[in-house]
Amino acid sequence: MLSEVKLMFDQIIQFLATGLSIGSTYALVGLGFAIIYNASGVVNFAQGEFVMLGAMSVVGLLGAGVPYPLALLVAIAIVTLVGFSLNKFAIEPARGASVVATIIITIGASILLRGAALLIWGKDIFSMPAFTGDEPIQIGAATLVPQNLWIMGITVILVLGVRYFFDKTLIGKAILACSCNKTAAGLVGINVKLMLLTSYGLSAAIGAVAGLLIAPIAFTSFDAGTMLGLKGFAAAILGGMGSSMGAVAGGLVLGVLESLGAGLISSGYKDAIAFVIILAVLFFKPSGLFGFKSVDRV
Amino acid sequence: MNRLKGFYVYAAVVALLPILFPDNYFVTVVGATILLNVILAVGLNLFIGYAGQISLGHAAFFGIGAYSSAVLTTRFELNAWLAMLVGLGLVYVIANLVARPILKLKGHYLAMATLGFGIIVNIILVQESSWSGGPDGLGDIPTLSLFGFDIDTDLRWYGMIAFFSLAAILVSLNIIDSRAGRELRAVHGSEFAAQMMGVDTVRTRTNVFVLSAMFASLAGSLFAHQQAFVSPESFGFGFSIEIVTMVVLGGMASTYGAVFGAIVLTLLPETLVVFEDYEMLIFGGILMGGMIFMPQGLFVFLTQKIRTVLNHRSGPSPKPQDAQKTLECDS
Repeated sequence: MLSEVKLMFDQIIQFLATGLSIGSTYALVGLGFAIIYNASGVVNFAQGEFVMLGAMSVVGLLGAGVPYPLALLVAIAIVTLVGFSLNKFAIEPARGASVVATIIITIGASILLRGAALLIWGKDIFSMPAFTGDEPIQIGAATLVPQNLWIMGITVILVLGVRYFFDKTLIGKAILACSCNKTAAGLVGINVKLMLLTSYGLSAAIGAVAGLLIAPIAFTSFDAGTMLGLKGFAAAILGGMGSSMGAVAGGLVLGVLESLGAGLISSGYKDAIAFVIILAVLFFKPSGLFGFKSVDRV
Repeated sequence: MNRLKGFYVYAAVVALLPILFPDNYFVTVVGATILLNVILAVGLNLFIGYAGQISLGHAAFFGIGAYSSAVLTTRFELNAWLAMLVGLGLVYVIANLVARPILKLKGHYLAMATLGFGIIVNIILVQESSWSGGPDGLGDIPTLSLFGFDIDTDLRWYGMIAFFSLAAILVSLNIIDSRAGRELRAVHGSEFAAQMMGVDTVRTRTNVFVLSAMFASLAGSLFAHQQAFVSPESFGFGFSIEIVTMVVLGGMASTYGAVFGAIVLTLLPETLVVFEDYEMLIFGGILMGGMIFMPQGLFVFLTQKIRTVLNHRSGPSPKPQDAQKTLECDS
């Protein structure tokens, strides 16, 4: 009896550990959603494709003989450029479009990017080498691969960095000013267009990093971004749309609950768990866990 | 009967096409798919276009309808028409149940909730393989029969689906011009003002959500019998998006816009097939371009273009209608 309880306990520790690392990726994707939403009021359904493009670019670059660390950096740069162009060629010309219209534009962009990836890399599933080997590490009752630690570590650094960026730096504050009131921001001399461009680039880069982190333990293919993107959206909504740290918290909560649910209840329903949680939360808190209650303007 | 002019034109075209081209693949096969999508788009347009809401999970209702028909006719050997009614009843109950918590939400939260609902239903279809057949789907679904006639040729199916698509359009047109339709538009304009005028906004939104879900369920049942096979793939997130795109790209808040959207969005992949590997890339590009340059939708864009050309020819004439307001979901 006692040993059974201990086994169960060990299992839960294991689920928590894997949940935290997958949750970290959701957190990063959700953070990307929140940054773009904050800056431009657009929910970017192509966020998952940034993740996929990051991982696929590394695979492609490695295949072309580029050394590993350089490939990682170039991949992030490529995806950042894609983020810039998304803003420049799709979002900027469509200013003033309705919510539904912008949703369809970004969904169109996600289909376009998936189509491009299909053309370049085909339908194959690729694996990406881990940052530092696959030797499992025993931490207490949980067994992790080094990549899990990389995921969690880099997520913490990135989240703190983004927080510092928005709280302390001039550019970060300027972006926040744009999200409050674009006209007013423009009047005090902030280059609103440039700030929007920056936030799309930043969001794309964060997405790419999420892709680099998760690909070594989850494989990648041209359509790997879709589910990750939706989970990231769920994380952002769970935290309360527009709250960056809320999105991070939302991602971690989703990852852990999903991992526990898959392990203890049913692995087939793994992907459904996140959405059941979302519906349950929205039922009681219609603006997410940390979102502000919206006030209707009549 | 000016109000129904467009409807008669549509009915005439739908009736004439198979008479002129009885063996044409694009008429009887693609045409039937178009008409099926018309039912879906016209139904969803009531919810998105007129009530100003958003649903990214409508394929779920399409799927529930299809699976009700498939499971009940193959496993319980129920009469196909009865199965269709059971499906409609089931969707009525489910849509009412979901509407209560979901329709409290607005804008992106509503988008998320409907999206989540759609994905959950899809995963249930995949997982509950004991009755749904799982990812492999369900086959050997009997065809519909009417007064002893089996609907077993492409042409007959075209006629059957055409009948229901005409009915769907007629119902939609009549609802929009009824008290309920005016309430809907009031809710869209300003929910608060509508409440002040005594409109029960929650009930109005719930009713239109349920109705559009039932349109989808009906289309699902027809789809199941027409294809004789269903699998969860047809009812996923991607298809939900496709229906929304038909409504929005066609032109929101216009029944004919939705019809137009269904035609374009069904024909587009059919014609893009020739581009093979480039299909997805081009489709995504067209979607983006369409929305960026014609945010009011194709239908409004084209009618305005035609009107300006006509005005140019016949000299000074009344201003083109610019009453089309920007539709906003979260206002």
